[in-house]
Amino acid sequence: MSTASDQLNDASSDTAPTVGLFVTCLVDLMRPSVGFASVKLLEAAGCVVEVPTTQTCCGQPAFNSGDTKTTADIAKQVIAAFESFDYVVAPSGSCAGMLKAHYIELFDENDPWHGRATAFAARVHELISFLTDVRGMTDVGARFDGTATYHDSCSGLRELGVKTQPRKLLSSVGGLTVTEMTDCEVCCGFGGTFSVKYPDVSNAIVEKKTANISASEADLLLAGDLGCLFNMAGKLKREGRTIAVRHVAEVLAGQLDEPAIGEGQDMS
Amino acid sequence: MKPNSHNFKLNARHALDDKQLQRALAKVPGGFVSKRADARAALPEFDALRDKARDIKNHTLEHLDLYLEEFERKVTEAGGIVHWASDAAEARAIILDICVMVDARVVTKGKSMISEEIALNDHLEAADLKVVETDLGEYIIQLRGETPSHIIAPAVHLNKDQVEEDFRRVHTNLSPDRQLQEPEQLVGEAREMLREQFIATDVGITGANFLIAETGTSVIVTNEGNGDLTQNLAKTHIVIASIEKAVPTLEDAAAILRVLARSATGQEFSTYTTFSTGPRRPGDPDGPEAYHVVLLDNGRAELLGTEFKEVLRCIRCGACMNHCPVYHSVGGHAYGWVYPGPIGSVLTPSLIGVDEAGPLPNASTFCGRCEDVCPMRIPLPKLMRRWRAREFDKGNPPAKQRFALKAWAFAARRPWLYRMGAGLAMPLMAWRGRSAGRFSSLPFVDGWTAHRDFPAPQGRTFQQKWRAEKRKRSRVSQGRGKS
Repeated sequence: MSTASDQLNDASSDTAPTVGLFVTCLVDLMRPSVGFASVKLLEAAGCVVEVPTTQTCCGQPAFNSGDTKTTADIAKQVIAAFESFDYVVAPSGSCAGMLKAHYIELFDENDPWHGRATAFAARVHELISFLTDVRGMTDVGARFDGTATYHDSCSGLRELGVKTQPRKLLSSVGGLTVTEMTDCEVCCGFGGTFSVKYPDVSNAIVEKKTANISASEADLLLAGDLGCLFNMAGKLKREGRTIAVRHVAEVLAGQLDEPAIGEGQDMS
Repeated sequence: MKPNSHNFKLNARHALDDKQLQRALAKVPGGFVSKRADARAALPEFDALRDKARDIKNHTLEHLDLYLEEFERKVTEAGGIVHWASDAAEARAIILDICVMVDARVVTKGKSMISEEIALNDHLEAADLKVVETDLGEYIIQLRGETPSHIIAPAVHLNKDQVEEDFRRVHTNLSPDRQLQEPEQLVGEAREMLREQFIATDVGITGANFLIAETGTSVIVTNEGNGDLTQNLAKTHIVIASIEKAVPTLEDAAAILRVLARSATGQEFSTYTTFSTGPRRPGDPDGPEAYHVVLLDNGRAELLGTEFKEVLRCIRCGACMNHCPVYHSVGGHAYGWVYPGPIGSVLTPSLIGVDEAGPLPNASTFCGRCEDVCPMRIPLPKLMRRWRAREFDKGNPPAKQRFALKAWAFAARRPWLYRMGAGLAMPLMAWRGRSAGRFSSLPFVDGWTAHRDFPAPQGRTFQQKWRAEKRKRSRVSQGRGKS
């Protein structure tokens, strides 16, 4: 079994793979600590991490609004910025799914970008599944005293098959118990622009989710996608619930200095 | 049925406020979802069967003209008559003509979504025919003057106390003191009322789950036996089916049947699977004297060969809506036309146009569960997204939405501008929200903050902080180099 510090030593070797970190717009803008947690985990897994500055967003807001022209422009920008890395890793199943599964759909088979998008897609991974499935990480060497429940975000689960990987790594966190909530695979109602276009329906869905979260009696809600986490945290806070909400990478990296999502400086 | 899909948002609001409806909908996920999961788990080759079912239907659709002609030939050989209807009006006229020809007064009906699509009941009733729905769910909603809210469980939006109320209101010849609280009592009473109609009927109308080309057979799957009585006790049996119901062979129908009931209700097989080939032959103990099949196009042929053709693989099992968080929240009527849920969100714009049905393909979180459970592997989210693209190209989305998207897209394609804007905005927003850690109201996302708080950002962006981190790291490594 390899530990975080063993793997860190590998990073200095010449064979260390390069990883382009696709930060995702939400992590970049809203919660940079998830980006730093990702860097820490990737370096612990023996990777050399770089963050191309020409990245903005994966393009999903345009893609899911039917604006394929803008989406294709953004896809080209992302592919060009990242295709030189051994791997492209995103701390989000939704964005990684976009890069991996959907960029290819944007280009006609005769378009040279189709080939580039295909080669690019093969290098793209969601953070947690990359750590376990590609880098063979089994023990993160972190500690958290408490009980957590894990929400399976839809794109990660259904587009990329992320299910056991986060649970495997969480089981290596000292002091942490993971308790499953009912319907952990059911959507939280976020859906990107859906939450703004149909706020009432989105709310009805997240209400069921927060009821299941609360019934799990966990102290901490974890997931691998910041969009879902913001939606669930926003609802939990509005309902006055005390459960803390964090991105799974924060716990795995042991980076818990920043207040949990939706919590103020004075409450931390 | 007059479409009301453009009002989805308002319909959804009403549905969310409807306590009776919410009570009924709360039962949907538990029943259908767990039963399907169990049925799937019990059949190791389930996913391989899904592939096979998809391939059968793809092949059929590629040669649909040939298989439909073969079907017609075989029906004719068996003594039946096939009628081709290009749209709803033609189908209605054909069916009414048959009814008039046989001097019918009472028409019994098995469950048929196509008859809903062509609004058949209203048309027949306007011609003074008595139309009786014989599927229990359909019977109940007919008493209420409603339309189905689910393609296999039409009255799933109701609770049993509502049904009791309706039965007491309509079945006035029965004792007012009778017990009617239990589901068995309700079923028993409906059965009693329907028996009389089965005997009195002149024409029995059913839908079809499959049209088998090699034998000219129509197939229905039911759980109540009402379909059999509808088609066997009437002198005239009319099958109303859309053209994509065709499959080449009995084997093919059998293969798809293996995924149909499992996906729909979690049964290995529905209670009745009934094959009908032509009218009663000399020496047959029962069966109708005349057998008609009305083949409805109503926009489907135009979908063949388009980017939406995969929707024609649908076998109407209802699994997509049974697993849809949006359907679970608002029910079927909010979708405003015949087909609700994810399949409705793709099929409705395909059949009645995206100008009317535009909100439906948008009413999805793209959670992907529908595609995950679809026995025919229809990529429903992808098809919904294609309707969004069509809508976008037409300039249909509201101006506010288009402007926001344009502004965002402008910045997203200019990383330097994006970085600069974000680098200025996020620290400011963080400063405003720092002490609470969240906003209870925010302009532009007031829909969100009406129900939820909006978590505050941490401060400087990752890109800003990472630049600082890199400078620090390079100073450290240079320092090491000097020592």
